[in-house]
Amino acid sequence: MAEEIKEETKEETKEGAGPRGPGLVRSPLRGEVSRRGFLSVLGMGWGVFTAAAVGMTGAMGRFLFPNVLFEPPQEFKAGFPDDFAVDQVDERFKASYGCWIVRESTGFYVLSTTCTHLGCTPNWLAAEEKFKCPCHGSGFVKTGINIEGPAPRPLERYKITRAEDGQIVVDKNTKYQQEKGQWGLDGAYLPYA
Amino acid sequence: MQKLFQAVRSTQIWRSIFRHGYPDTPRNRTLAVLSNTFLHLHPVKVRRSGIRLSYTWCMGGLTFFLFLVETITGLLLMFYYRPTAEHAYQDILALREHVPLGVMREMHRWAAHLMVITVWLHMYRVFLTGSYKPPREFNWNVGVTLLVLTLLLSFTGYLLPWDQLAVWAITVGSNMARATPFLGHEGPGASLLSFGGLNLIHAGDDARFGLLGGRFVGEGALLRFYVLHCVGLPLAAATLMAIHFWRVRKDGGISGPL
Repeated sequence: MAEEIKEETKEETKEGAGPRGPGLVRSPLRGEVSRRGFLSVLGMGWGVFTAAAVGMTGAMGRFLFPNVLFEPPQEFKAGFPDDFAVDQVDERFKASYGCWIVRESTGFYVLSTTCTHLGCTPNWLAAEEKFKCPCHGSGFVKTGINIEGPAPRPLERYKITRAEDGQIVVDKNTKYQQEKGQWGLDGAYLPYA
Repeated sequence: MQKLFQAVRSTQIWRSIFRHGYPDTPRNRTLAVLSNTFLHLHPVKVRRSGIRLSYTWCMGGLTFFLFLVETITGLLLMFYYRPTAEHAYQDILALREHVPLGVMREMHRWAAHLMVITVWLHMYRVFLTGSYKPPREFNWNVGVTLLVLTLLLSFTGYLLPWDQLAVWAITVGSNMARATPFLGHEGPGASLLSFGGLNLIHAGDDARFGLLGGRFVGEGALLRFYVLHCVGLPLAAATLMAIHFWRVRKDGGISGPL
């Protein structure tokens, strides 16, 4: 950059504008700088400044998203199928992983503990055979279908598969919504005889 | 007595602070306003109608007063409150039981509720008197931003007691961020932002996550809300308030009756 300026300065001088001509800006450190040279340095300076500002803004945005999260993993092994009783809603993973594992006579499914109304956590009322949300009174039957209160749709289900060692694996990264017809898909239900 | 005043006013300390005489001439009156940081934000002259209670309801002034109350009581509360899951709720109880003047937290809370009310009424008054019209459009927008900041201050403060009401209210409230267009994982357009079948926007990196510092309302959310409540939002509000008051002056003082 500095060489460019020198070259341009020479040109200007050759053209006869004179060292004290009106087109020159005097710099005490580097001698004379032409108007064009000055403007290109100015433009470059602003470019660098803008790039730095945009980069720093992006970096600050990225700063809000940590690389390591001290939350339970989204995918976990829930034990062997025989650990679960038939026709029971298993609440062991409610507090830690935010899901219920339900075993029917024919298989398993995993329900999300997030109420589909505004996101509170319902309670399983075993005596009444339903999930009931304490925030606004939404109710869901054991399958997750909404039956009362303001919840607009059934509870979501998470992906359930078997690992090679025979344990049940729950993957919360994949969810299945009944209203989208996804409960019939592989992974929404784990058949077990 | 007169002599004493005269002596004080002629000291170098006094003269270095106040660079004008008694405000008994138009020049000195103007200087008194122009050379004072706080008066400088205030209009030099106020219309008779501008101080009529039935015209302004004094709602802007009350809002500012309540902001000062919040700043002072909030600063005092910060001496006892620790924003961690372990301590937060106990510290709130301690503020009531173990600290003299246990009503301090209630004062902070009541003033917060009042401030939300007065800021809405101020907006209503400005609307009714047509004070949003030119040349005051810009100041109206500054005011709307201040209104949003007031609501955000109220919202972030809501989480800090760290009781059941706080956690679930913020869970419900922050779920709105899920529906942010493109940036919320349940928002419109978010599913378009995918790369080879992988969603770029999911529960672990969307707008709600940035707000809470986690997938659910946890300790990260408590700390983020605390910092926003005590530093970030008040700084933004104070800056905008300075602009807001100064623009009232620049736009011709408090508007006159229609």
